[in-house]
Amino acid sequence: MNKYMLYLNAKRCIGCHGCEVHCKANKDLPVGPILCEISHEPLKSVKGVPKTEFLFRSCYHCEDPYCVPICPTGAMKKREDGIVYIDQDLCIGCMACAGACPWNIPQVNPATGKAVKCDYCVDRVDQGLKPACVTKCTTRALKFVVLQEI
Amino acid sequence: MKKTVWSMCGMCSVRCPIKVEVEDGKVRWIEGNPHILKGSLCAKGSAGVALQKDPERPQQPLIRSGGRGAGKWEPVSWYTALDYVADKIEKIKEKYGAKAIVMSCRGGPWQDLIKAFCFALGSPNFTNHDSACGRNVHHASKSVYGLGRKGFIYDIANAKHLICFGRNLLASLRVAEANQVMDMLDNGGSLTYVDVRQTLTGIKATRFFQVRPGTDYALALGMINEVIKQEAYDKEFVEKYTVGFDKMAEFVEPYTADWAAKECGIKVKKLKDFVNEIGGQRPKVIFHPGWMLSRYKDSFYASRCLHILNVLMGNIETEGGQMFPKTPGDCGVKGLRSFSSNIPKPEEKRADGVGWKYKHFDKGPGLFHLYYEAMSTGEPYPIKGLICYRHDPFSCFPDVAAQKEALDNCELLVSIDTHYSEFGWYSDVILPESMYLERETPIATQKGLKPRFIYRDRAVDPRFNTKPSWEILKMLADRLGFGDLFPFQTAEDMWKWQLEPTGYTIEDFQEKGFVSLTDKPILYDRDNLEGRFKTASGKIEIINETLEDMGIPSFKPYESPKKPPKGRFRLVFGRSPVHAHSHTINNPFLHELLPENSLWINKRIATRLGINEGDWVDVIGDSQIGTIRAHVTEFIHPEAVYTVHGFGRQIPLQSRAYHAGMSDQKLQEGLLLHMDEAGGGLCLCEKFVTVRRSSRNPRRRVEL
Repeated sequence: MNKYMLYLNAKRCIGCHGCEVHCKANKDLPVGPILCEISHEPLKSVKGVPKTEFLFRSCYHCEDPYCVPICPTGAMKKREDGIVYIDQDLCIGCMACAGACPWNIPQVNPATGKAVKCDYCVDRVDQGLKPACVTKCTTRALKFVVLQEI
Repeated sequence: MKKTVWSMCGMCSVRCPIKVEVEDGKVRWIEGNPHILKGSLCAKGSAGVALQKDPERPQQPLIRSGGRGAGKWEPVSWYTALDYVADKIEKIKEKYGAKAIVMSCRGGPWQDLIKAFCFALGSPNFTNHDSACGRNVHHASKSVYGLGRKGFIYDIANAKHLICFGRNLLASLRVAEANQVMDMLDNGGSLTYVDVRQTLTGIKATRFFQVRPGTDYALALGMINEVIKQEAYDKEFVEKYTVGFDKMAEFVEPYTADWAAKECGIKVKKLKDFVNEIGGQRPKVIFHPGWMLSRYKDSFYASRCLHILNVLMGNIETEGGQMFPKTPGDCGVKGLRSFSSNIPKPEEKRADGVGWKYKHFDKGPGLFHLYYEAMSTGEPYPIKGLICYRHDPFSCFPDVAAQKEALDNCELLVSIDTHYSEFGWYSDVILPESMYLERETPIATQKGLKPRFIYRDRAVDPRFNTKPSWEILKMLADRLGFGDLFPFQTAEDMWKWQLEPTGYTIEDFQEKGFVSLTDKPILYDRDNLEGRFKTASGKIEIINETLEDMGIPSFKPYESPKKPPKGRFRLVFGRSPVHAHSHTINNPFLHELLPENSLWINKRIATRLGINEGDWVDVIGDSQIGTIRAHVTEFIHPEAVYTVHGFGRQIPLQSRAYHAGMSDQKLQEGLLLHMDEAGGGLCLCEKFVTVRRSSRNPRRRVEL
């Protein structure tokens, strides 16, 4: 079972797109790939105030991911704790993972020619830290949640 | 090798404290200082990494080799560039006197260094960008409290109600402040937002007043009237600390809630309900007095009324209200040694007229735009040199063509900046400053409930042949013969010199990046605030007799803003959270998020003009034209069109920003000297533009 989840408290999110850049800066990505995304519905008037709420999307780290079995080199892996990540040494950039993913989540890193996607900043998680997007979220709207079975 | 460096962000002028992780000379990680911001940082803050890596910035000193603005530059050494500038300054001094040189900066905690240099040079003409920004709010604050606009901090987190008149503080982001707003909302606080369009702040509001453009003053007057009528104010506080209440009450009598609602185009019941609500919430009610209010011809008065509404709420020095920012002195600590402390201010009168022609304005930085008048007319004396430190007048002041015409009377234009500014591109010499991760800056004082000293250390060495500003000015001062006034050769020397009176050393900053001067927040006794207000009467001056004596009324009769003629619209502008005006437009990461601006236009109007979402539209001033895509929305007032400020840059070496989007300031033709006479701020929203569907929208393509 997946151990972690990224949760956005939409009430606190102000749509500043900080998370998207925190992610890119941490992963040393060039212009092009954006691994998490803030979006919103068109504004609608609610009690006289035009309103909308922000949505956050990154990789869903599926329980049974399509991207893992399709990877020809075994670079795409799912860990015990549910984190789906790419072993950059094994990745050949064929992007079969992106084709298999219903949401086209994996993207090409033009600097390396390999696939890249949200891995909850697995290196940080292993050091006891939180993902970059959560650590630096401008208004502390993003949470890194450890799931518990009840 | 890994190291942690304490610094301050330089992506916008908020200057959030940051922690930088460096590995093998490379910046690996930037986060908000965990002791102050708990790690939080905005998109711009993280994009500092991309700026540091970006080669599209000046890489060595440059001296112009073609005509001004032609973009032909000779790369030179620091010695050649500084000798050149010093020589030109000496020549101007000889012919016209040192006063013929103006030094401008962007304001903020380090402006003392620039001011000190200017005064040491012998010129009284130190200035900054503020007459195109917060001057109206500042002067309004002075007229009420005798204190500048930074004379109060806002305890938003503990407030019950925050009211923002166009202060879009969730887009014009200050990380700490944004968190305070969200905390207040989480605690059940109310947010009332007033604007001509809906914004990122407005969508979080509990009440939204979409007003007709230019009617802020009317709404504020109507609020004061209704507050008095409903007796929703703090009578005791008003009685104890203010003068002029009765005169104000008499003045606002005709400006009823019904009148204001009609003038602004809002519902009167909503306005009355609002006043009823704040009456029960005071003193924990904060009216944000505005930030960038260089907008309309009565913005000074609008801001003045917002300051007064705060006073009526009795929200001073109380939780959830406005607090006096405490100084090192309040903590029993001596302040930092300031650079200008041992340099007398030149006695010459200022060429912008502030202090003698305009006695009611703050002499500190004066009013930048008035120097253009002096350049053009030679009155009161000729201005022949302009040195801009981190200030880009072509990006922040209106009517660039008119600015250039005035500047052509100057013999020396110098830009000291980390990036190519539009002004820099037109200037004679560019002295490149190292970007903020590559330089140290002087120690700064941050006043507050818990005041502190804070500093910026160098995270990595400059990637190019650039220098920190203190070193550039020091080297220039050496050449001009007053280097001894800046008695330091290294950043460590400078810090030591600054810290000497305080008893602290730079080692005290190593643990957290700052030194807190008190453990507990300091509050004054609210029942004994006598002496805290720096007005002539020592009271809060609802009616300011000093100004009245100079012929400036404390309230002026309201004049309804002109309605734009048919087919024309009032051009208003604002901020996006992913850009800090013009100077981040070329940042690779931020450009990726918002590569160009668009023109917000009301849906009903757009339909009439045949404009659809995403169409190219021509936005036409008098002679200038900008073409951008339309954003068609019902959430903007039909009289206004809106765009994000900072785009439409014309520097070919900034490949991403070059001609991307449209520049609002270039369209603001004829507004360069159009100021609010009472507040000194420019009236940048007083321009009507024509909008039409552009012929650039393809109908056919007949090429092969």
